[in-house]
Amino acid sequence: MPSTRDIRRRIKSVKNTAQITKAMQLVAAAKMKKAQDQAANGRHYAEMMNKILVALKESAEEGIHPYFAEGKGSKTLVLVIATDKGLCGALNTNLLKKLVNSKIEGEVEYVTIGRKASQGLARLRKKLIADFPVKDPAKFAEVRTVGKFIQDKFLTGEYKAVHIAFNNFINTVTQVPSIEQLLPVNPVTLGGKRGFDETSKEVNAAELPQYTFEPGAAVVFETVLPQYVNGTLYQMLLEARASEHSSRMVAMKNATDNAKQMLKDLSLEYNKLRQAAITNELLEITTAKMALE
Amino acid sequence: MPLKLEIVTPEARIFSDEVDTVVLPGVEGELGILPAHAPLVTTLQCGELRISKSGKTTEMAVGEGLVEVTGAYARILTDMAIDVESIDEKAVEEALERARHSLESLKHGEHQEEVAAVMAMIQRSTAQLHVKRKRRTV
Repeated sequence: MPSTRDIRRRIKSVKNTAQITKAMQLVAAAKMKKAQDQAANGRHYAEMMNKILVALKESAEEGIHPYFAEGKGSKTLVLVIATDKGLCGALNTNLLKKLVNSKIEGEVEYVTIGRKASQGLARLRKKLIADFPVKDPAKFAEVRTVGKFIQDKFLTGEYKAVHIAFNNFINTVTQVPSIEQLLPVNPVTLGGKRGFDETSKEVNAAELPQYTFEPGAAVVFETVLPQYVNGTLYQMLLEARASEHSSRMVAMKNATDNAKQMLKDLSLEYNKLRQAAITNELLEITTAKMALE
Repeated sequence: MPLKLEIVTPEARIFSDEVDTVVLPGVEGELGILPAHAPLVTTLQCGELRISKSGKTTEMAVGEGLVEVTGAYARILTDMAIDVESIDEKAVEEALERARHSLESLKHGEHQEEVAAVMAMIQRSTAQLHVKRKRRTV
């Protein structure tokens, strides 16, 4: 049976925790709004770029650009985009779980963004070849360095494909861990399935005629594909960041609600104990008085 | 058959409507696109883009990007697209000045990537000024 003092102490500590989680919730909510808007605004551009290039890949001659075909090597490069900080629910755990269950064949090498990704992969004893710190909010220039690294790696021909593992942002309460193929160019889903499959089919049917390229197919691809890689990477990072802040906001909201419930229960118990103590005291006084008479 | 034009930047979908014709700055010079144009893919350079729809012409300053034309569609993916009305000449001039300044300081170091980024910024600003000023003299 805990004493009233113990309960008072617990109430105090729970109250402190609630205050902290509440503060974190508010911070995450403010960041979430921004991150969500950013992700939503860029999605259309990245999707359209992807759609066009996938269609062009179908109609282009073979071997016109290395990004359209698998590399000669047998290795796979996987970029994992996770968060820097914890306390964001099961976001990183789910992503790593997805990665472990994904069964990418052959030797896999990893590149990471975010501390939680490198830590998690180290724990799983995976081969990590590079880790890039990216600030929050993410700057395009930072992503460009990552993009350059990945493209250089792919162009060596040691890797057959480049995959990206990140959390796709659907809405504030739903984030889906996904693994998408960045290179060679492949249909990519960003922010959930919003009729992307149908539209790409419709586009394919309309685009079967041969394209004219100006000044030439090779030149066009040479300028556009690096942009595509960086742009898509940036959009994926934005999705991951939107997921992170949303997930943290929800996690912190739950924590605050739980703390409040706990406070309620504890105060009830505390008051009951106090009442019992008072009743006891009164009883003692009255019995003592009756014994004296 | 009308031409469906879409202009998209990483920030937003700027334009999406049916138009009569669009004139855009391709890498090989200005390019007029009419409905039922032959399928074409080309890259865009910084400059002026004109859209005409039922006699009215809209002018825009655009950055580098990709253009994809099929018979019924023209899709423009670019890193900048600003309506001439909303170009703030003074702000652009300041940005241009800043960009030139940082280019000067970058030249001493070996930051190829950053130099490229600043150069792109200068080109975009110049294109905006060009579109805006041309309009005023008319």
